[in-house]
Amino acid sequence: MIISVASGKGGTGKTTVALAFALSIENSQIIDCDVEEPNIHLFLKPEIKKEIPVTAVIPEVQKEKCSFCGYCSQICAYNALSVIKIDNSGDVLLFPHLCHGCEGCIVLCPERAMTRGEREIGKVKIGYSDGFEFIEGRLNISEVLAPKVIEKAKSYVKPEKISIIDAPPGTSCPTVAAIRGSDFCVLVTEPTPFGLHDLELAYEVTKTLNVRAGVIINKSDEDSLIEAFCRERGIPILLKIPFSRKIAKAYSMGIPLVKEISEYKEDFRRILEKIK
Amino acid sequence: MKICVTSQGKDLNSEIDSRFGRCSYFIFYDTDTMEYEVVENPWKEASGGAGIQAAQLVVSKGVKYVITGKLGPNAENVVTAAGISVINKSGKISEILKEIKKSL
Repeated sequence: MIISVASGKGGTGKTTVALAFALSIENSQIIDCDVEEPNIHLFLKPEIKKEIPVTAVIPEVQKEKCSFCGYCSQICAYNALSVIKIDNSGDVLLFPHLCHGCEGCIVLCPERAMTRGEREIGKVKIGYSDGFEFIEGRLNISEVLAPKVIEKAKSYVKPEKISIIDAPPGTSCPTVAAIRGSDFCVLVTEPTPFGLHDLELAYEVTKTLNVRAGVIINKSDEDSLIEAFCRERGIPILLKIPFSRKIAKAYSMGIPLVKEISEYKEDFRRILEKIK
Repeated sequence: MKICVTSQGKDLNSEIDSRFGRCSYFIFYDTDTMEYEVVENPWKEASGGAGIQAAQLVVSKGVKYVITGKLGPNAENVVTAAGISVINKSGKISEILKEIKKSL
């Protein structure tokens, strides 16, 4: 079973909730899919056993075959190629950080002068902490292909386990890549107009992906905004975590919620049963 | 000799556009005939790689110098590979051209 933890707005408590789930239930694994800023390792301090490189395809030019016609540069949707023709010679310049690895240039080169090359865009790390499995996707600095790293991290989902996915914030490609294929998506929000606005967007994503969703209100205080929205759309409110200095302080010191206040374990086990 | 100037407008009375890849117009000026061609920049609103495409256009026109405010690192790679020199300037194009022609 795969449970993803997402939110439109950043800083609502995805990592808090994802960790609380993973630490409360039996037979779990946690997958940090916030590949642009993975932070679960700060709380679990896992021992990393394996590092798997994530690669993307890039074109490699065989200059002796190239006629410098410039077709690859014309068709590249991301402007990642530049062809310079000077007299009868020239040069093909690739800007790897702009390349999305679609292979269009390789397939369509009239001279068949391009071959498939690879470059590393990130890593997946696998480790253990207190006996349960930790997986982290990490995108290299200045790279943009977050979904590729997320998909690679998710390839280590074990069907016999309960996999908790910590999704990146937002509603764009990386978030979609993280939520897609989940059995359930927990949307974490906060009771502010910003929280509501982005919850609406995130909920639309789960609907489009055909993933069931429920809401956890973090920093719970005066929640009528969120409650009204959930009632109207028929979304269950799974839990409320109060706005508390104690919880914030523990988080800031790298202590997961259920280690600081162990009573929450029961809540998360109950939510799991409800989701099932 | 051909020179490319990034321009805010369509003629030599315009100001130099300080951006290269996302300038409004490219003016290709021939110092021998004193004629020029204006090309509207199709990559002004491109989501990425504007400088690369713009640089490739400039190279294809066979210019020796580019006069602009600032060239990004990607565009710089392309024009340098083609042996084009970059002159960083701001101000009115007709005056800059006068000044440049004296020094070249």
